[in-house]
Amino acid sequence: MTDQHNDIIARFCKQLEEQNVKATLLSPSSLPPNQVLEIEAGAWGRAAETALNCQWRWAGVWAEQLDSQFSVCSCFEQQGIYLILRCYLSTSHPRLPSQAHFFWAADRTERNVQDMFGIQFEDHPDPRRWTRHQAWNVNEYPLRKDFPASGVNNTETPPDKSYPFLKAQGASVYEIPVGPIHAGIIEPGHFRFTAIGETVLNLEERLGYIHKGIEKIAEGRNPASLAKLAGRVSGDCTVSHAWAACLAMERAAEIEITTRAAFLRGILAERERVINHLWDLGALCNDVGFAFAFYQFGRLRELWLRENQAFFGHRLLMDKIVPGGVVIDMTPEIDKKIRTSIKYLCKELDELMAIIDENSSLEDRFLAAGILSPELATALGALGFVGRASSQSFDVRHDAAYAPYTQLDVKVPVEDQGDVASRLWVRYKELRVALRLLEEMLDRIPAGELTVTWKIPPAGAAGFSAVESWRGEILCFIRFSDNNTISRYWPRDPSVINWPALEKLVLGNIVPDFPVCNKSVNGSYSGHDL
Amino acid sequence: MLNLYAKILKTGVLTEKVSKPAHDETFEQIGNSLKQVVDKHFRGSLAIRQVDAGSCNGCELEIHALNNVFYDVERFGIHFVASPRHADILMVTGPVSRHMEVALKRTYEATADPKWVIAIGDCGACGGEFGISYASCGAVSNVIPVDLTITGCPPTPLALLQGLLILCGKFK
Repeated sequence: MTDQHNDIIARFCKQLEEQNVKATLLSPSSLPPNQVLEIEAGAWGRAAETALNCQWRWAGVWAEQLDSQFSVCSCFEQQGIYLILRCYLSTSHPRLPSQAHFFWAADRTERNVQDMFGIQFEDHPDPRRWTRHQAWNVNEYPLRKDFPASGVNNTETPPDKSYPFLKAQGASVYEIPVGPIHAGIIEPGHFRFTAIGETVLNLEERLGYIHKGIEKIAEGRNPASLAKLAGRVSGDCTVSHAWAACLAMERAAEIEITTRAAFLRGILAERERVINHLWDLGALCNDVGFAFAFYQFGRLRELWLRENQAFFGHRLLMDKIVPGGVVIDMTPEIDKKIRTSIKYLCKELDELMAIIDENSSLEDRFLAAGILSPELATALGALGFVGRASSQSFDVRHDAAYAPYTQLDVKVPVEDQGDVASRLWVRYKELRVALRLLEEMLDRIPAGELTVTWKIPPAGAAGFSAVESWRGEILCFIRFSDNNTISRYWPRDPSVINWPALEKLVLGNIVPDFPVCNKSVNGSYSGHDL
Repeated sequence: MLNLYAKILKTGVLTEKVSKPAHDETFEQIGNSLKQVVDKHFRGSLAIRQVDAGSCNGCELEIHALNNVFYDVERFGIHFVASPRHADILMVTGPVSRHMEVALKRTYEATADPKWVIAIGDCGACGGEFGISYASCGAVSNVIPVDLTITGCPPTPLALLQGLLILCGKFK
């Protein structure tokens, strides 16, 4: 913690005091290196209002059931400082004011807490359910300890026909329901368009179709088993989610991995970034009918997938990050081959991006399509390339660096147009940064052990982590009970924050531009639904 | 525009390179024998509708890879279609979430006979890391009849094509 960081938190505490909010900064923090501020539940809304006035970004909310009470935490970020507000509620009538009046991102996430815990956000602007469809009843709450993971009534789950979508009325207004099963090789979710002619008047997302109970089935696992589950929160972010979970567990257990292991994690994460950005660059072009780029980028991506298999034993790099370190290593031969393929990829990218840049039909479709203004991006707390294409420069690797990025100079490319073209070019620039980081990590990786011995954390120990995946900031909170078992796992995928951005940026565009707008955001359904 | 054509010419046909022994020889053999089966029973065209019934999206990434220039699954007459009405095969990734249970059943009903179902990945085959819970029905076969499972987390594109062949072998 620098003095500047202390100042920011002190200023916020002072503001809270002026609003008559009693706040206690835990010292030492229960979730180092981040700060925890305990406040009374009744002031939950006022605290959020104060946070908004102090320019904090709202990043997530989670609850957990402790022995005789619930705790609710919401996470704020400013200049790379993560501040966690915590309050306690009785289990009999758990209720507290909503923060959704001040932060859009709190809207669905609070409804999720309401569905999963039965904690009521009293003045929430949207009282509808969110994660719950029809697999469990209205008065059942899966994340309460008395709810069995196996479920209560496992007869066929009826379709969710009664969800009250927003209605628009008028002579020429019509609705287009899309999904949950979409016309492609893609995850399921429902989109309800209201349109006039070809113009999108409103889009309402309905997600939760692939809710698999990840948080519930995490309970009772050991660290290795949890890392495996975390690697399957969202398959395309397997490295980053496993990293976030392992980092949180390591902080809870107060162990530090070796520098070599941290560098190897960094190498895996940057390879994941390269592969996914390559895929998106091709897929964006494909969505506007430019098959050439789709096949060229698909070719480059496959080469890297095969290298992943050859060097590290898995095409998508699953299960390579484990609690205490990694289960891969770097050899001089692999080092040499990776450098060669980085050079080759750079040359290919130069050629391909020149072709893309001079293609007028691509320009026609990408420019000014799906604009997310910087103001809106700030208000939504947009993350990753979605945020950075709209002037949001936040990158965990740069602003709240963790090893190995503490030793590296992470450049953060930012665009300000906020359209599909910006999101494409930000991806491309991030890809180049990732390639440079890979080379730097290869240059500087020190010798050392791959794993350190695991230390069983005391009962009740908890850890919080933030990791920059290729899609943006992943947050993770983990608490242990006794005997090395997990009692709470909360992963927050960046998609949770970015899905609402899609609803906003598609407005006023034509329905046929939806696929490319959607791809330019590329939210994970699985990472959202859990 | 000239750059584009130059790049295409320079890149060449990479799909042929796969047939060389150094590159996935087994894959090419499987592909050719599969093509014979597809030609005979489906007049050269096997239509697959992919359904994600709860996957982590890892399987989807590898199913997509079937279409890249190295595997180019369409050269064997296998292609992915947008509607179950057009499909011979449902390729389902799992586990089947309870929220997708009815949607999957309806997709199965909407697929014209004769039809076959392939459950993809460890999760589709047995529930995988997620198993059966209040939110998950587990294996695809717990929800609709399954003709074949292709395991792996996720299965490689090669494993996916091998699986298709086994299924086609059943047709004889």
